[in-house]
Amino acid sequence: MSELTHLTIDEALTGLKNKDFTAVELTQAHISAVENARTLNAFIVETPEIALKQAKESDKRYAAGEARPLDGIPFANKDLFCTDGVQTTAASKILEGFVPRYESTVSQNLFNDGAVMLGKANLDQFAMGSSNTSSAYGNVVNPWKRSDGSNAELVPGGSSGGSAAAVAARITMGATATDTGGSIRQPAAFCGIAGIKPTYGRCSRWGIVAFASSLDTPGPLARTVKDNALLLASMAGHDPKDSTSANRDVPDFASAMTGDVKGLKIGIPKEFKLDGMPEEIEKLWEQGIAWLKEAGAEIVDISLPHTKYALPTYYIIAPAEASSNLARYDGVRYGHRSSEGANLDEMYSKTRAEGFGDEVKRRVMIGAYVLSAGYYDAYYIKAQKVRRLILQDFEKAYETCDAILTPTAPSAAFAIGENEDDPIKMYLNDVFTVTANLAGIPAISVPAGLDAQGLPLGLQIIGKAWDEEMVFRVGGVIEEAAQFSAMPKGLTQKAA
Amino acid sequence: MAKLIQGETGEWEIVIGMEVHAQVITKSKLFSGSSSVFGAEPNTHVSLVDAAMPGMLPVLNEFVVEQAIKTGLGINSKINNTSIFARKNYFYPDLPQGYQISQFEDPIVGEGVIEVDLPDGTTKEIGITRMHLEQDAGKSVHDQHPTKSFVDLNRSGCALMEIVSEPDIRGPEEAVAYLSKLRMILRYLGTCDGNMEEGSMRADVNISVRKPGDELGTRAEIKNVNSLKAVQQCIDYEVPRQIEILEDGGEVVQETRLWDPAKNETRSMRSKEEAHDYRYFPDPDLLPLHVSNDQIESIRKTLPELPDQKKHRFMDEYGLSLYDASVIIAEQARADYYEKVSNDNDSKLAANWVINELLGILNKNETPLSKSPIQAEQLGGLIALITDNTISGKIAKDVFAEMYKTSKDAAAIVEEKGLKQVTDTGAIEAVIDEVIAENPDNVAKYKGGKDKLFGFFVGQVMKKSQGKANPAAVNELLKKKLS
Repeated sequence: MSELTHLTIDEALTGLKNKDFTAVELTQAHISAVENARTLNAFIVETPEIALKQAKESDKRYAAGEARPLDGIPFANKDLFCTDGVQTTAASKILEGFVPRYESTVSQNLFNDGAVMLGKANLDQFAMGSSNTSSAYGNVVNPWKRSDGSNAELVPGGSSGGSAAAVAARITMGATATDTGGSIRQPAAFCGIAGIKPTYGRCSRWGIVAFASSLDTPGPLARTVKDNALLLASMAGHDPKDSTSANRDVPDFASAMTGDVKGLKIGIPKEFKLDGMPEEIEKLWEQGIAWLKEAGAEIVDISLPHTKYALPTYYIIAPAEASSNLARYDGVRYGHRSSEGANLDEMYSKTRAEGFGDEVKRRVMIGAYVLSAGYYDAYYIKAQKVRRLILQDFEKAYETCDAILTPTAPSAAFAIGENEDDPIKMYLNDVFTVTANLAGIPAISVPAGLDAQGLPLGLQIIGKAWDEEMVFRVGGVIEEAAQFSAMPKGLTQKAA
Repeated sequence: MAKLIQGETGEWEIVIGMEVHAQVITKSKLFSGSSSVFGAEPNTHVSLVDAAMPGMLPVLNEFVVEQAIKTGLGINSKINNTSIFARKNYFYPDLPQGYQISQFEDPIVGEGVIEVDLPDGTTKEIGITRMHLEQDAGKSVHDQHPTKSFVDLNRSGCALMEIVSEPDIRGPEEAVAYLSKLRMILRYLGTCDGNMEEGSMRADVNISVRKPGDELGTRAEIKNVNSLKAVQQCIDYEVPRQIEILEDGGEVVQETRLWDPAKNETRSMRSKEEAHDYRYFPDPDLLPLHVSNDQIESIRKTLPELPDQKKHRFMDEYGLSLYDASVIIAEQARADYYEKVSNDNDSKLAANWVINELLGILNKNETPLSKSPIQAEQLGGLIALITDNTISGKIAKDVFAEMYKTSKDAAAIVEEKGLKQVTDTGAIEAVIDEVIAENPDNVAKYKGGKDKLFGFFVGQVMKKSQGKANPAAVNELLKKKLS
């Protein structure tokens, strides 16, 4: 038996069923791992008591032969998901000390299936960022290190940086995450794990602190494609409390991973070949194409002509919605309220000035600007039109292919502090991921190789709306071909 | 009847458009399940959604949509198959989300028209521009603490319909008539209780003046107009104010003004409060609202007979005057009452009794029709007794007064008190003989040519018969006896 924290969810479920170990043992191993990895700063709040209590209940169900699909599996809950009785901050000072009396639908779904919560994972403040450096509770450190011996601390990606770092560091088996412009897939790629952004509407947004409502998509992070399938099956489902949640049956995603892509047509969008794209990224992409060809898939060239407008479109729509969604953090009913302020307007501005971080303020201001009278048509309306064109690009492409293969991110993980002086450069991290958000379609990032510095790189498979099964199917084949077995350096040292 | 105002520089025309907020009759709020009942303890009808807790999402109340469609049909308006909820962004402590969910460019109800009844007995059509659904805000309370304000979120998220009229209204009478008719229609439909005192119906009045034939003038929007009387008063105040400014060579400022019922004036609200850029955009938490023609038609089938249809039917079927019909249809219960009274009776006589006698005494006693001591069937019974000559109209008024006091049937009172009209000529002749015998002087004078004394004899006979003698028979017999 390998060390418990190195098991996949799939393996752990088998071990639990076979009584090789108990849920409490599995949970305790992870609680210890969390404690030993605090330098990563992956958690804002640890909840070992809750985890052990849930694990005991899981063990009872195993004993009674009534085990649920994820019984006893420890997970980290991104601190954007409201948790009943546990502080929920969205990594912002403005919500410090806020303890909801309700549970987000997605985390409740996981609890209902027996999953065990280790704590609330750190993230970029209000899920705004690609480096997890905008958290009010400190940066998250990527467990991976460059092989040059520089020992520079790297970012885990964002916004679900705490979730991704925790999964990669083997201190949790899986995690909840959200993806508004790439916040599941980019950290997955940076941390050498897998993560899927499902179709918009597949998972309920109810009880998740909103960033950009028309883009926010909850999804899982885990070390394997299959583990993602198992987690998503529990997280997904119709929720009448979310009007944008789809009333559709949840397929058995794991069984869609047949390992067979023979005859499938895989689209390669020429517009994703960026000028100045690192050679290693391009090489990885070529490798991915070769793997799928070898597995019997047909490679077709496709065009997504509006791709170059995706990033500017995203950075109009997302801040616009955010500027309105974040208006409720006003110091009146909950969260931080400035002790200064002679009148109402001052109370508002001081509360929000003290409570929000710089990146949040930047986006709220951009959002208010693009929605303001005289600019609304030029920015917001135009962005909505482009968004429709981007969706049409995909619909047209899917007339000739079954799924699309691209790199996940334009680089490997960068060092903390890099890109901080240039928000535009930071925003470029989302260049390959935002289109799937704008189109509302599913996309997975699968760890596929290492760069020259020994850092993980990911490949992205984008599917048709509601066709996560295809995404898992192709993702599984890439995973199998890549045989990604590298582990973060810090971890191997510690394990030794 | 466009009423013109005489100024120093000539005549001025008043131009008014109204925005009416009507709270929808429904058990729960527009986007949450909490109760929308008025008058509860502060902050007892507040869900997580109403308080805008993090991660909460709105879910549209389908019943409110039906109510809105019903209302749209009731005001003869186009129902839009697709409408969109939008966010109106502004900060205020009683607005928990930091935005109000409303409808902006695509409202659920489009153009329509309402027929209003004017005091001079004519009618006029007022255009409806649109009607949309939106959330109410909560209430800020400033008088509970020396330095703090409190917020009551019970109303936060309650469903409102905002009904916007065309600037077709030409004076205070028309404005009052419009609001009354609108309220009447909403009450008939059961979509708003129209209770202005409780704030479930509120009006913003847009007022401007112009020289007849000119382009529209600059308007002032008067807020906080919460009664029919206030509508009249704020126009009476605002119109001379604007005329005076214009006649002094000034310009009316386009602004929001507050009606102060205590001081009887409108005054400018702080410019800061109105310098809002609301940054409207479609609410991404809600899908566009689609209603099918089938749905609209099935709701149309549930509509009650509306005030104007009833008014025209009463005029055609019962031969009532426009005035009588308008009075009777003002409330649905009143119209129902009237129809029961009228039943097999003379319908004009029934209208007279309902309007003049019954409503007269109810108003005097400030008693609503629902608490009337006289039921419609009972009033019908009284009218039947008049029609078949069992009692005279005069006696009927006494019987009516007794009915009001005791709630007894007319026939029972007539029987009990022996008020049946005497038509037996023998009995009447006996009374006449008595009167003649008692008044020999007057008989002599009458016979000497004083014709006017005839009335004296009629009065005496009626008095002696305690009003029960049939007046026609008395006249005829008296003439015979005195000739």
